[in-house]
Order: sequence, then C-alpha cells, then structure tokens
Amino acid sequence: MNLTLHIWRQRNASEKGRMARYEVRDVNPEMSFLEMLDVLNESLIAKNEEPVAFDHDCREGICGMCGFMINGVAHGPQRGTTVCQLHMRHFRDGDELYLEPWRARAFPIVKDLVVNRGAFDRIIAAGGFITAPTGSAPDGNAILVSKEAADLAMDAAACIGCGACVAMCPNAAAALFTGAKIMHLGTLPQGQPERYRRAVAMVAQANRELFGSCTNIGECEAVCPKDIKLEAIARMNRDFLKAVVTGRGAAGDEA
Amino acid sequence: MELDSKIPSGPIETLWDRHKFELKLVNPANKRKYNIIVVGSGLAGGSAAATLAELGYNVQCFCFQDSPRRAHSIAAQGGINAAKNYHSDGDSVFRLFYDTVKGGDFRSREANVYRLAQVSNNIIDQCVAQGIPFAREYGGLLDNRSFGGAQVSRTFYARGQTGQQLLLGAYQALERQIGAGQVQMYPRTEMLDLVTIDGNARGIITRDLITGKVESHVADAVVLGTGGYGNVYYLSTNAKGCNATAIWRAYKKGALFANPCFTQIHPTCIPVTGEYQSKLTLMSESLRNDGRIWVPLKKGDKRPPNDIPVEERDYFLERKYPSFGNLVPRDVASRNAKAVCDEGRGVGESGLGVYLDFRAALERLGKHVIKERYGNLFDMYERIAGEDPYQVPMRIYPAIHYTMGGLWVDYNLMSTIPGLYVIGEANFSDHGANRLGASALMQGLADGYFILPYTIGDYLATSKLPKVETSHAAFREAETNVDCRTKRLLEIKGTRSVDSFHRDLGKLVWEYCGMARTAAGLEYALEKIPELREQYWRDVKVLGTGEELNQSLEKAGRVGDFFELAELMCRDALQRNESCGGHFREEYQTPDGEALRNDTEYSYVAAWQFHGDGLPAELHKEPLHFDYVHPSQRSYK
Repeated sequence: MNLTLHIWRQRNASEKGRMARYEVRDVNPEMSFLEMLDVLNESLIAKNEEPVAFDHDCREGICGMCGFMINGVAHGPQRGTTVCQLHMRHFRDGDELYLEPWRARAFPIVKDLVVNRGAFDRIIAAGGFITAPTGSAPDGNAILVSKEAADLAMDAAACIGCGACVAMCPNAAAALFTGAKIMHLGTLPQGQPERYRRAVAMVAQANRELFGSCTNIGECEAVCPKDIKLEAIARMNRDFLKAVVTGRGAAGDEA
Repeated sequence: MELDSKIPSGPIETLWDRHKFELKLVNPANKRKYNIIVVGSGLAGGSAAATLAELGYNVQCFCFQDSPRRAHSIAAQGGINAAKNYHSDGDSVFRLFYDTVKGGDFRSREANVYRLAQVSNNIIDQCVAQGIPFAREYGGLLDNRSFGGAQVSRTFYARGQTGQQLLLGAYQALERQIGAGQVQMYPRTEMLDLVTIDGNARGIITRDLITGKVESHVADAVVLGTGGYGNVYYLSTNAKGCNATAIWRAYKKGALFANPCFTQIHPTCIPVTGEYQSKLTLMSESLRNDGRIWVPLKKGDKRPPNDIPVEERDYFLERKYPSFGNLVPRDVASRNAKAVCDEGRGVGESGLGVYLDFRAALERLGKHVIKERYGNLFDMYERIAGEDPYQVPMRIYPAIHYTMGGLWVDYNLMSTIPGLYVIGEANFSDHGANRLGASALMQGLADGYFILPYTIGDYLATSKLPKVETSHAAFREAETNVDCRTKRLLEIKGTRSVDSFHRDLGKLVWEYCGMARTAAGLEYALEKIPELREQYWRDVKVLGTGEELNQSLEKAGRVGDFFELAELMCRDALQRNESCGGHFREEYQTPDGEALRNDTEYSYVAAWQFHGDGLPAELHKEPLHFDYVHPSQRSYK
C-alpha cells in the first residue's frame, strides 16, 4: 500500500511551522501507524533529511506518550485506540493523511508533532491525589469498597493522560481529563475526606493553565482511547458545584 | 574488592525489624538539609521520591519522559503479589519467600527475599489507602487471582492494568510533593553521568532533551530507579525509551554490575510479524490461568486451529507438568514453547508461535466472565493481530521482558559506590535467575516505599560529606566528557541509522545470549559485538544538532551503551557453566531437557568491576548461602 502524508514540521516553539508532503511506499498492513512513521524516518535519514519528531514510548497504548491528529481526528480513525495501537490495515492504498500535533493553548508545541503536556501534571499536583503518606495505611481489607464503586473508579482511573480530549475539544477544555481523576478518587471511600477540596483545586488549576471551558459537545468522549465517559465531567461539575455552594472547598474563592 | 552484603545475622524473620532499629536516624528538623537525587519515576523511583519528600528531604527527581506518569512500570498488566492469605489457602510470608527463592532458581539472597515477602503486605495496604481501584468481590473485600509459579491465590490486580494503577498511585503521591515544593521534578531530562567525589556519589550530569543543555546537579545521595536493560535486544516488551545509560554510567564510575546474563523471557507475547517491527507486546501471564497452551501434534499442520480436533493437539505444558500445567514459571514455559517450535510444530506464518486457547474457559465460565477478567487484553490482541481471540486461539511466542541482573547492591540497597543507591529492576537483588510473575511491582514498591527510605537515612546520618558546588572539578570534567561524547556522535556523519545498528545488535544477542546459550555461540557473539560496535562508532549517522530536541541523538547515546553492556552479558553467560532460571546453557541440562544447576561451583552472585575501556572487566563473587530453603532441582511436575 502507498500513502501520501502531509506532516506538520516545526523546528521549535518559536519558529514558524509548515505542512510537508511525503510519499510512503510499500506499507505493510500489519504495521502499526508509528512503525510506518519509523520507516518514513529511516528513509528521511537515508536522504540526509531530519526525521519527524513524535512522542511515543510503550507502544502498547498505556503510557499515554503518543498522540497526534490524523485527518483532524485525535489518534486517528479507530475508536478506543491510541495511535501506537492503530494498525495500517485500517487504511487503504492511495490514502492521503494529514498529521498535526495536538493544538491547544495549554499544550505549547515543542517540535513537529511533539507538544508539552506539563499542564496535566500541574492539575494532578493541585489535588489529584489522596493524602496517604507512606506507612500510614490500615489493613487493605479494613476499607470495604463495593464492587460497583471499584468498577466505576477503575473506569475513570483508566485515563492515560494523553491529551486527545483536549486536542479534539473545540474549546480545548481539559474537562474529561480533570473529571476522570475527580471521578476515580471521588467514587471511593478513601477519597471522600478530600473530595470537595480536590474538585475545586483541580478545576481552578485547569483554568489557570488556560484550558477552555466545557460546553458538553462530547468530542472528547468520542476520541478517548480509554473510553472515559462524559459521566466523569458530570460528576466533576456536581462535586465542584456542591463545593462552591456549600463552601466546602477550601480554595473555593480561587475558582 | 571485598563484597560485603551487610546482611545482619540472626533468625531470618527478625533481621529486618532489628536492622531498622539499628539504622541511625536523621532528626526530622535536619532532613531538609539533605538533597537527594532520584533518577527515574517508575514504581521504584516514583515511590521513593514521594516517600523521601514526605519524610522531609529535598528531592530532585528526573525522568526522560514528558511526565513522571509515563514510566514503563505503567505497562505491567497482571498484578502484584502479597502474602495476605486473605483466602486462607495456605499462604504466608514464609511461603511467598520460599516460592520466590525457588522461582529464582536459588540464585538470590535469602535475607533480601524474606524482607520483600514481609513488606509485601504493607504495599497492598498503602496502595488501597491511595485509592488504587483493586478488583473487589461483591462483599467489598479485595479479590485475588493465581499466577505462574505459585499454588496459592496471592495476586492483587486492577483489571489488566495493575501496573498503571500502582504507578498512578505513586505518581499522585509524587505530584502531591511536587505541589508542596518538596520535590523538584525534571521531566524530559536524561542522566548522562554520575559524579563521585572522594569516592562518594555526589551528583549527576543531565541533558535537557528539549534544549540540549547539559547541567550538573549536586546531592548528598543519588538513587537510581532507572529500570532494566531488556532493550539491549532491540525487540523486547520494554518501552522504546527504556535504556541502561544511567546504570551503565554508574558501572563505569565504579559500581559493580551483578549477574548481567540473568534476563527473563516472557512466554506470552504477540509473535513478530516483520522486519519493521519496533517492539513486542506482552499478553499478561494471568491469561495462563484460563488459557490452555497447545500446538498441533503433527509437524507442519497448517489447518486453522479450530479445525484441529482435540486428540490431534499437544497441550505440552499440561502433559509435561501435570501439577502446575499452564502455570509453570516463565522460564519453563518459554523454553518449552521454543522446543516445540524447534521441532517444527510452531504455528502462524513464521512457525514461531504456539496457541493460547480460551475455548474451554469460555465454555465453562461464559464470555462475560472472560471479558471481565481479560477484556482489555483481548481487545489489545485483536487490535494488534487483527484476530478475535473469543473466536480463534491467540498466537503467542516468548520475548525478552525483564532483566534480573543489574547493579550490585547490599542489604541497604547501596551499590559499591557509597551514597549511590539502586532500586527496582535496576538492581539485581531479589529475583535470582528468574523472576516470578507479579513480583516486579512488588519489588519496585518495596524498595521505594518501605526499604530505601529507612536505609538511606543511616548513610546520611553517619557520613560526613563536605559541601560541594557544581564548580567542583569532578563536575566540570564529567560535563566535558558528556559534551565530547555528544559531539563525537554528531561528527561521525556515517551512512547507517542508529536503529539499523541497534537491530543488528539485538539479533546477535537474541540469537546467542537469549533463550538458549552455548559456549561456542557466546564466543562467537563476543567476537561479533566488538566488531559491530567499532563499525557503529565509525559509521553511524546522527542528523541535527545537540542543542535541540534530537531523538536520534538520544537513541545514539543509549545504543552506544547497549553495545558495551551486551558484551558484558555474553561474558557473564560464558563464565556461568550451568543452567539456572532464565540462563539456559544447552550444555547443562538433564536428560529430559530441564535446567541443570551446579550449586557446588556456581552458587554465587557474579559482580563485574569496570577497569577501563578496552580492558576486561574483573569478576568478583559473592557466595550465596541457603539456610531456610534447601536448594533442590526445581520441579513443577
């Protein structure tokens, strides 16, 4: 199979970028999308052209490092799949593909398809945890967690922090990412003491990072490689609202 | 050099408690006066950095990924062991200890393993408190499953994403400390050298992967939690970025490297499909609980698997090992898969594969139960292989997965360089010649949460370290060396890419120092590897500059180190004239093909000392003693 790729090339954050056109020949349908890019890069190196920079690490769809837009869709056309797990058998000979980095104010471009997602870490640092210093824990079975709660928490905890939700959102909102962590921890009994403080602190941090606001469009859910549901956003809004109305979130006035 | 493992004497069950009491403490008010560098943010590094910061130390943490949440611990699927005995099925700290020593084929230290089994229970408690969504039973209690190499159900899990959830727990604890200003985090930063002053580890040299800036960082102690070196083989289940540079630099600065030839092959990975293949994907070992492994009885039987009647199938693990069946340890399962493929009975296009069949479990339990247990793994298989494992058996083949070898450490997890600690997969300490499933997560978190934070205090409290600045000559010299190496790689301007060299190296090591090894093969590899390395330093092509994000340059440095490490692995495999665990020397096997250990001559840890480029490394031996688990030939029959 032969493909035409248009890839965003940008040397660094300050330089202007442009789309560059590449022909890739004899693509094996068993390859992953990133392996196809590896082959392209090898051919560029052979021609003394600089390879395309893209983030990737585990290539198993779990580390969350990879991700870019393929024809305007985050992680490409297959639902519930990161781009490292997307295989070329889903494309056809002669396809023309446009690859662009995540575009969001809060994710500045580093180079080519690589962006800086440090804002996500800062949202977690603001409150995305349960305060449990090492050594302070009671016996594991002393805390009963219903199977339903554990399953619901796990659904939300599956988030890999890749940023596809932000990239796909017309508002570049981080609501699905933030909501997933609020839902994960807020569903469990261990997470109750900090539940409202957490919701307020994380939402406030997302605002400071200049992510947009959620207007319930749902593009995020559609491209999430881990199938995180919009329910996470509803739960975040509920916790946030309750905290602000009742004054339970200590950092309430910041939001 | 005399290797002092610093193992306390006395009854094994009292050692750790007494040792903790005897360790000197750092006064809470004084902890903030100490700087500790933690390199790596996986289960070991992340949990250590968070815990040290909670204690009050100033911590600087480094990772090469864009966020500490992405360390490769995240990809562990199956679970984490603990001796909770919640099911009253006969488990105990002693049994977990026993299973781990036996599983490691009697090449690990009893005292270390016993301590690991002891703290395993604390880990589960800690992780539950952090909000790890472990699988639960309907009554709300923690659920368990069984795993290879054990006859009790002691594995705790969070669907097929246990590593992810445990890592996110450690990551969130770390982020809490970053938010509190107690940890300074350096993402996209790679350690390129260790700095020692007066023999003590006093800092590191790093390169900022975005700007290329080379910097010095001073500390009172340095902790390496940088993972294993499976990527020497090019194709492995490791993430693409996993590398040995941090431990290799430390080795070249005087830390001994122990048991480099002890590498683990995981039996259940998706087979290789072509030359372009960039990595191998693991299918969790937990699948062996419900999947049955088989190949056709006849050679070259190309019928689709569902058309082969049961009587024409060979369930070779169940046949050879009736008491453990499909749950034999990883090395045994891998070797047997290779054996049936070598006989010409392998499946798939390449003939390098065996079936992992869920038909019986699907009939017995129903699709919904299988989906609940393994749904995400089945989906992953279908995405990669393009086949639906609910309908046709999976095809699997062994692949490099874990490295038991690593930097030598004593009971305090300190290397032979004072002030340099090594934790998690990066050290050699607990798994001997073979690691049991669901034990890597356990060891990483044991080291980071519960062992290192105690032992490092003793070093800080008892050493008188002079204040140093980055202007010290040792830092200046190390920075210059790092700059020179980068420059050298960029100036070669050869004809072949880094990956093409790495792939060739991987093939050599996999062929001659992989699943089965021979003296002749290892000697051949020891001839070829230096040739290839020499060619590499003459002909590698790295484009771009050192002052920007340059992924080829990053790889080039790492592959340069892999060449040297690969040679040490082969040398180590060659000196160990026995078969044990993951190290299988074809010359040493029982008549029915099982590994034949030689306890009289090889019951030691092989620790290698670097003496300079081009000079042979020197072998030191730390003898192993077994007072509680008597070495026997492992039998899973």
